[in-house]
Amino acid sequence: MKSISRRAALKLVGAAPAAAVMAWTPAEAEWAHEQSQQVRRDIAARGVTYTPKFFTPHEYAMVGVLVDLIIPRDERSGSATDAGVPEFIDFMMVDDPARQTAMRGGLALVDRLCEQRFAQRLLECSDGDRRRLLDDIAFPARAPQSLSQASAFFSSFRDLTASGFWTTQMGIADLQYQGNSFVREWNGCPQPALDKLNVKYER
Amino acid sequence: MSLQIIRPSQTYDVCVVGSGAGGGMAAKVLCEAGADVVMLEAGPMWDSAKDSRMMSWSYDSPRRGGATRAKPFGEFDGCIGGWEIDGEPYTMAPDTTFDWFRARMLGGRTNHWGRISLRFGPDDFKRRSLDGLGDDWPIGYEDLKPYFDKLDRLVGIFGSMEGLPNDPDGVFLPPPKPRCYELLIKQAADRLGIRCISSRLSILTRPFNGRPSCHYCGQCGRGCATHSNFSSPSVLLPPALATGRLRIITGAMAREVTINDSGLATGVSYVDTQDGRDYQVRARIVVLAASACESARMLLNSRSSRFPDGLANSSGTVGRFLTDSTGLTVTGHIPKMEHSVPHNEDGAGGSHLYMPWWLDNRNLDFPRGYHIELGGGRRMPSFGILGGIQRFNGVGGYGKRLKDDYRRYYAATVSFSGRGEMIPNDGSYCEIDPNVVDRFGIPVLRFHFAFSEHEIRQAKHMQDTIRGIIHEMGGTPLSPMPSREQQYGLLAGGRIIHEVGTTRMGTNPTTSVVNANCQAHDVRNLFIADGGPFVTNANKNVTWTLLALAMRTGEYIAQARNKLDL
Repeated sequence: MKSISRRAALKLVGAAPAAAVMAWTPAEAEWAHEQSQQVRRDIAARGVTYTPKFFTPHEYAMVGVLVDLIIPRDERSGSATDAGVPEFIDFMMVDDPARQTAMRGGLALVDRLCEQRFAQRLLECSDGDRRRLLDDIAFPARAPQSLSQASAFFSSFRDLTASGFWTTQMGIADLQYQGNSFVREWNGCPQPALDKLNVKYER
Repeated sequence: MSLQIIRPSQTYDVCVVGSGAGGGMAAKVLCEAGADVVMLEAGPMWDSAKDSRMMSWSYDSPRRGGATRAKPFGEFDGCIGGWEIDGEPYTMAPDTTFDWFRARMLGGRTNHWGRISLRFGPDDFKRRSLDGLGDDWPIGYEDLKPYFDKLDRLVGIFGSMEGLPNDPDGVFLPPPKPRCYELLIKQAADRLGIRCISSRLSILTRPFNGRPSCHYCGQCGRGCATHSNFSSPSVLLPPALATGRLRIITGAMAREVTINDSGLATGVSYVDTQDGRDYQVRARIVVLAASACESARMLLNSRSSRFPDGLANSSGTVGRFLTDSTGLTVTGHIPKMEHSVPHNEDGAGGSHLYMPWWLDNRNLDFPRGYHIELGGGRRMPSFGILGGIQRFNGVGGYGKRLKDDYRRYYAATVSFSGRGEMIPNDGSYCEIDPNVVDRFGIPVLRFHFAFSEHEIRQAKHMQDTIRGIIHEMGGTPLSPMPSREQQYGLLAGGRIIHEVGTTRMGTNPTTSVVNANCQAHDVRNLFIADGGPFVTNANKNVTWTLLALAMRTGEYIAQARNKLDL
């Protein structure tokens, strides 16, 4: 997977005009799709269901729903659950017990808000209702005062989801980080990177 | 490098306490001069070629490279130790904070340090003469210059020749080209009249003295597996061991310098960290290089009827004059860097450019100065990446749009770390806590620490300068300007890990601990080779000057030994 990533990335540096970095060619989109499919196959191939060490089954199902609402699958990479983010968050709860109460309480708060509004818990809610809740708590600057704790929990949960997703092979390939390798000589940044910032090397 | 049981009957020429920058250098110089040296190291052996986590990916660990209490710089960091060590407490006087970082491993902090290798300049040795504050050193730049030059040729350091009067050039290898965002920073700095030049880092941009060139993974802090940057075990200990005259004892927590009836040092008592029992090594000369505060602690704990206030402490100044660099970091979001062009931007560890002090204090409301280190760009995604996304996109959010925002803002930040000079003050010192011992039964240090108005004003200037650069780049600081009550964001004492001054040098034995040769005024066969003897803590990061000073001290001891003075 690493070599695919590097090849695709090199191609991008060499070929893409600086202004069009975010525009993906069909080939690149296909490669990205293949990447996420591979991760899904890898997970399936393991053949074992992960047993959480901190979360209850109910909480763990909530975590799976929430992380995929935060980072869904798209044309470029898989979803947060594809990348194993729920396992990561479960590990972090065990590794850093100081996080446990806020996590447990935050999930309980989300369930209570769902019951108050939609008369059922998050897992039973429709996708539309779930999004209606997130529309109120996922945007801290406009979250109503009455939802400040839920909003603070969600911001912290979103940060943890981002850490869990972008640090995987899939996330790193998506961001096209191309380092962590032996380089014979550092020759500076490539021309398209310099052009993008309108800077140049002297002489 | 095997552990060796030392019989008390054996007497070494020299006992060196500590295996980091100062201890490694003293041992190298003394072994090469023919002395039999025993070195005590509190931590275990550590070999960067085998033990480093260099080239690990974030996903190689379930915590994705995040920091832990035991690894405050991230779990792949190459330092065993931290501000908190199980079983090795220290205390603080009420209402003061000092965070004491300690390494417990062969090579100490040199395994993970930033490799920022700046010479103190001529003014830094005579500050009292220039502005009336603090004290002058009993030596000047000209005394250390030959050692700086030898040090550069021994270790290897890159930089650019600039001819700046108080930031002396060294013997430099070619510097690496700047990263593209560093050029963007330099553009803004140029417009603001802030000097921005090549960093001076002890990282090899060419093969040097048998060590291979840097491979530009940007992970110096993990400990370099190819020895392409400076650490004591990569550069100093191998030639010392090659003489056959160096014995290293690891797991040896030095406790006390022993003395004889005539008040001369006879060796060091230490606790074996494995069996918890006391051992002694005997030596004709003792060199303390355990770190400024740890060496002061040893002296203060070396009490006897002859020296009731601790060894080498007739002046009462052991533990006094404690300073750390001032420090704070501000990160900015730079819209121009969004959607950055993918490329490998790791480069050499640390920033390729920095901003040495560029102003004249006559026009400012604070004395002394600071330099600014740069950060940013396309780093390996690791724990904490893009945390607080609402600070970037203004909203937070979720879903496909958020995912695209993460892509957009990845690598769109720059960070600036100011590192400035603190002036010693009467309220900042360490002493022995009368009530507390560590797990070895050794009395621990109690810290008193306070920044003065000088440092607080300097911090405000740092903040204003850095925020000005971020705005000049068209960006936005990611944190609000701290208030005066928050000391403008000054990090707590000890957080920059440049603590020095606790056994300062001077010509007057009533106001200093060691003389101009780092020899204790009170005990002529006792020397100090860490940051303790520093009289000032210039904004130059102390290691390079500490190494030059330790080389000079080692050579002085070697000569004095040959003349049978010792």
